Amino acid sequence: MTAMLEVKDLQVAYGAILAVKNVSLTVNQGEIVTLIGSNGAGKSTTLRTISGLLKPKAGTITFLGERIDGKEGHLIVQKGLCQSPEGRRIFPRMSVRENLELGAFLRNDKTVIAEDFEKVLELFPRLRERIEQKAGTMSGGEQQMLAVGRAMMGAPKLLLLDEPSMGLAPVLVDMIFETIVKIREQGITILLIEQNASAALDVADRAYVLESGTIKMSGKASDLAKDEAVTKAYLGG
Amino acid sequence: MSIFAKGYQARKIRRRYLERTLGSIASVLIIFWLTINFIKSPSQFFQASIIGLSNGVLYALIALGYTLVYGIIELINFAHGDLFMLGAVFSANFIAIWFGKSSSSPGAWLVFFGCLICVMSVSAGVNVGIERFAYRKLRRAPKLAPLITAVGVSFVLQFIGLRWNGSGPKTWNSVLPPGQFEISGVTIAYTTLYAIAITLPLLILMTWIVTRTRQGKAMRATAQDQDAARLMGINVDRTISFTFALGGALAGAAGLIFQQTRGLTSYNLGYQLGLIAFTSAVMGGIGSLQGAVLGALLIGLIQGLNDGLPIGLGQQWSQTVVFSILILLMAFRPTGLLGKPVTEKV
Ligand SMILES: Nc1ncnc2c1ncn2[C@@H]1O[C@H](COP(=O)(O)OP(=O)(O)O)[C@@H](O)[C@H]1O
Ligand SMILES: [Mg+2]
Repeated sequence: MTAMLEVKDLQVAYGAILAVKNVSLTVNQGEIVTLIGSNGAGKSTTLRTISGLLKPKAGTITFLGERIDGKEGHLIVQKGLCQSPEGRRIFPRMSVRENLELGAFLRNDKTVIAEDFEKVLELFPRLRERIEQKAGTMSGGEQQMLAVGRAMMGAPKLLLLDEPSMGLAPVLVDMIFETIVKIREQGITILLIEQNASAALDVADRAYVLESGTIKMSGKASDLAKDEAVTKAYLGG
Repeated sequence: MSIFAKGYQARKIRRRYLERTLGSIASVLIIFWLTINFIKSPSQFFQASIIGLSNGVLYALIALGYTLVYGIIELINFAHGDLFMLGAVFSANFIAIWFGKSSSSPGAWLVFFGCLICVMSVSAGVNVGIERFAYRKLRRAPKLAPLITAVGVSFVLQFIGLRWNGSGPKTWNSVLPPGQFEISGVTIAYTTLYAIAITLPLLILMTWIVTRTRQGKAMRATAQDQDAARLMGINVDRTISFTFALGGALAGAAGLIFQQTRGLTSYNLGYQLGLIAFTSAVMGGIGSLQGAVLGALLIGLIQGLNDGLPIGLGQQWSQTVVFSILILLMAFRPTGLLGKPVTEKV
């Protein structure tokens, strides 16, 4: 197995506040890796830094053998690293179609884009019904599907998902996790952030536990799901 | 529901009722005034409307620059009117001094179109430079910081205008074919029509760029959510530069059109027309492109009709009428005519 993404000794600060203190993690080709941790642990900050929205204070990020830390966000997307961000962040005044088209902003292979468009609508049939609706007027669940679908439109090699189940009804949460598995079956590697740790550990191959900016544990997802400390802190056991 | 909530509801309903009544009365009065004038002198009515529209399209060119920039980085670019002023001064120098053209001839028309291209490019470049060096560093700073910077840039541009154009207004000859035509006893100068003829294609081009092109898509995405736009692979810095270029080019074109159709330049033009154009953008709903054009045409028309109709308040009241209408409109529709934020569900 080759490491697709390698984060080493990452530190990220907001002004004087060090939000990410020591994060090292690896994502291999074809895996689902999950990063779990309580609110404010620094999960989103880590993902935002990987995507180039924040500049690291220290450490390195390597994607497909190339350093991407400190690079502009749009250059990172170009390499096939796409993110569905926390809080969905869809473009509210644009239609579902326009949102999905923007996901493919950097691509010009028209026929392949059309195929991917179909694939996304197959993954989320609900979006097909809403295709001309303004995204800001959709329900939270629909917006979440759109955010994931939009990231898929970038033809990602690695997909970062930041709390895709946040604020959704239980039925929809199940549906999102099923979709994550389907996305992996399409050959896309996934780094997943979740507060819903039990569901995340269920679908993931490996997991990292982040606590106040530092990776505290890592291992096979099935092992961590049985670990006493993890159970106690994150699985409500 | 508590008693307070009930009282609040009742007040809200009463307020809406009052607003609607006042609005209806105002509309009826305006329609009445227009009808009387129209019956009294249809040709004068027509003339006033054409003049009004011709001013309106000029305001629209400038207003779009305010609204484009506000739409994308939520900055009221106070320096924008002064960029228009510099465009006018540049055009006057380009045509009359550098190329020595002061009357209409095929050669002079060529110089005019050459000037259109140059003034649009130069203004675009200047505006991009202003964003790059004055505003970009402040993008994440509190909103007041770039606002004050914009005021500062406005003074810098005015000072350049003062040095270049002198402290008083200067008059220039137009190189566009002179003349006028008559309909039922009312004359309309060709220059009035030139402004419309040059502006309309620019407005259409600009709408096309924003709604149909890749760059336009990037602009709209960046305006709605910068980080999300970055995650789509959009180069946000370049998109913002492009927006300033677009606004600058339109301001430059407006400068040339103003200089050639009014035959006047002055270092404080930016203050005079910039204020009206900014008002247009606010009236239409700042951030909305259609709103800016609509607001500008309305203000142009209101001024034209007020100044030109037989029964009206006359030119000395022109500004007062415009701003009174703005204040009334803002009281009842704070977001402007077309500026309605989409409700975002969570
Ligand atoms: N824009 C910001 N400015 C300052 N501090 C921030 C900002 N965003 C997040 N933080 C802080 O950084 C820490 C990590 O936040 P975040 O990465 O969002 O955590 P998580 O995604 O794990 O819930 C928190 O303490 C949070 O308050
Ligand atoms: Mg988070």
